Amino acid sequence: MSGKSDELLLIAAIARLITDPLGHPVRHAAVGAASPIPAAACWLAKMQGADIRLSLLHRPRGNPFTEGTRELFDLAGQGRIDLFFLGGVQIDGEANINLIGTGDWPGTAVRFPGSFGSAFMYLTVHRTILFREEHSPRVLVPRVDHISAPGTSPPGTFRRGHAQALVTGRCVFRFDPARARFALATLHPGETREGVRAATGFDYDELGEIAVTEGPTEAQSALLAGPVCDAMIETYPDFCRRVWGRGMKETGAKEQAA
Amino acid sequence: MDVDALAALVPDGAQLALVPDNSLSPGAFARALVRRGARGLRLVGVPVSGYATDLLIGAGCVAEIETSAVTLGEAGMAPRFTAALAAGKLRVTDATCPAMHTRLQAAEKGVPFMPLRGVLGSDLVAHRPDWKIIDNPYQAGDPILLLPALSPEFAAFHAAMADEEGNVWVGRRRELATLAHASQRSLVTVERTVRGNMLEDERLAPGVIAGVYVSATAVVEHGAWPIGLLDEYGYDADHVALYAKLARSDDGFAEYCARFVNAQVARAAE
Repeated sequence: MSGKSDELLLIAAIARLITDPLGHPVRHAAVGAASPIPAAACWLAKMQGADIRLSLLHRPRGNPFTEGTRELFDLAGQGRIDLFFLGGVQIDGEANINLIGTGDWPGTAVRFPGSFGSAFMYLTVHRTILFREEHSPRVLVPRVDHISAPGTSPPGTFRRGHAQALVTGRCVFRFDPARARFALATLHPGETREGVRAATGFDYDELGEIAVTEGPTEAQSALLAGPVCDAMIETYPDFCRRVWGRGMKETGAKEQAA
Repeated sequence: MDVDALAALVPDGAQLALVPDNSLSPGAFARALVRRGARGLRLVGVPVSGYATDLLIGAGCVAEIETSAVTLGEAGMAPRFTAALAAGKLRVTDATCPAMHTRLQAAEKGVPFMPLRGVLGSDLVAHRPDWKIIDNPYQAGDPILLLPALSPEFAAFHAAMADEEGNVWVGRRRELATLAHASQRSLVTVERTVRGNMLEDERLAPGVIAGVYVSATAVVEHGAWPIGLLDEYGYDADHVALYAKLARSDDGFAEYCARFVNAQVARAAE
């Protein structure tokens, strides 16, 4: 999927996960480089009234920290980051993620960028939303070639949280850390159970009726096109132009990742 | 001292810590190292690596690297890093970001190691014989990772200002202070020099790295480019995208160096 309605659907789906009353309450969410979609979802949740402090690591100006990402990791180490987002070039059915590569260590077949802070953040933040738009057997594999960060940990190993869900371009999976297993939660419009099964390399549960992922309500759409876009336009000008048709004169503030 | 003289202070084979593309990475200094023909460098990504590292690898300056990731951000994978690894020309030691910070924090304190939460269960641990897991001596049954202190032989970054006392100003990027505190020698390019002593100005002092930690400075205007510098100039995404495109091939990389690395020698000589 690549259309703007699909991006709005993903934003709405992630915002719903953030404000899920059953999850660890989110008072402080940090968003890294990965994608503007999680950032938009956090802004949406906040502008709907959720009491969330957002630390956006890649704002070109007004970076939230005065000690760079070191401060982010120190905050997470103390348990002061409630929600973080991780991706994975490979993600397996036990929610292990691989950002290193395929083939022999350290990625002799295909090398990915590297693990970044995932090995730490996945265990120290209270909950993680896994987000990867590409939903294919090449990404969602039975077993990752290398574990950058483990989906679960044995009893006795310090760990504050796990993946709450995996959001892809086709569906939302919920994760049960006790069973180390995903279950299909909702299908995006136009997707079928069979289609998702065929596109997923790992096994997962399908319990009862599977609802369709709901897109943004009218009120959410208005928030997204207005104040959410306003908040994001300096950091993600290309994204805002594409999704909301909103332009900003070039200021050198390009989308940037590290 | 100019940037080429600064780069000449780094001998072949030296261990050199570099910062990522959102943290005052010294673009001009990396190009000067390429011009000098540095060889056998052992790079350290604090905590990840970007344009400067990929450029140095492409130019054959690097023997090994320890880092948590190598990336050109929105411009994608770092092509010369990927090619060198595939060709077996680069020894890569993988880490995770907070481990790099923690190792420097240990060095800053002068202690031999420091613990870090998380990481257990990552395959990184099995590939890092220098990382140890112990049982928490204060609470049995709580395994925890220990990391050895890291005191890089050299660190390099680009700051906005240097003053007459040799202090440099990095604004809110105070993680660079930890890097400078931990490193044996810090080489800093700066946009400009200012008179007096910045530590006497309460508003500037929090962003100052004291001269005691700075071995040498060189003035280079736009010295971070194509990386941005605080609120002074932005990240040049178009240039990094051009680099990423050219660096996909050996010929393209050579063209990049001819246009943007070696050309600066002529400009400096004018």
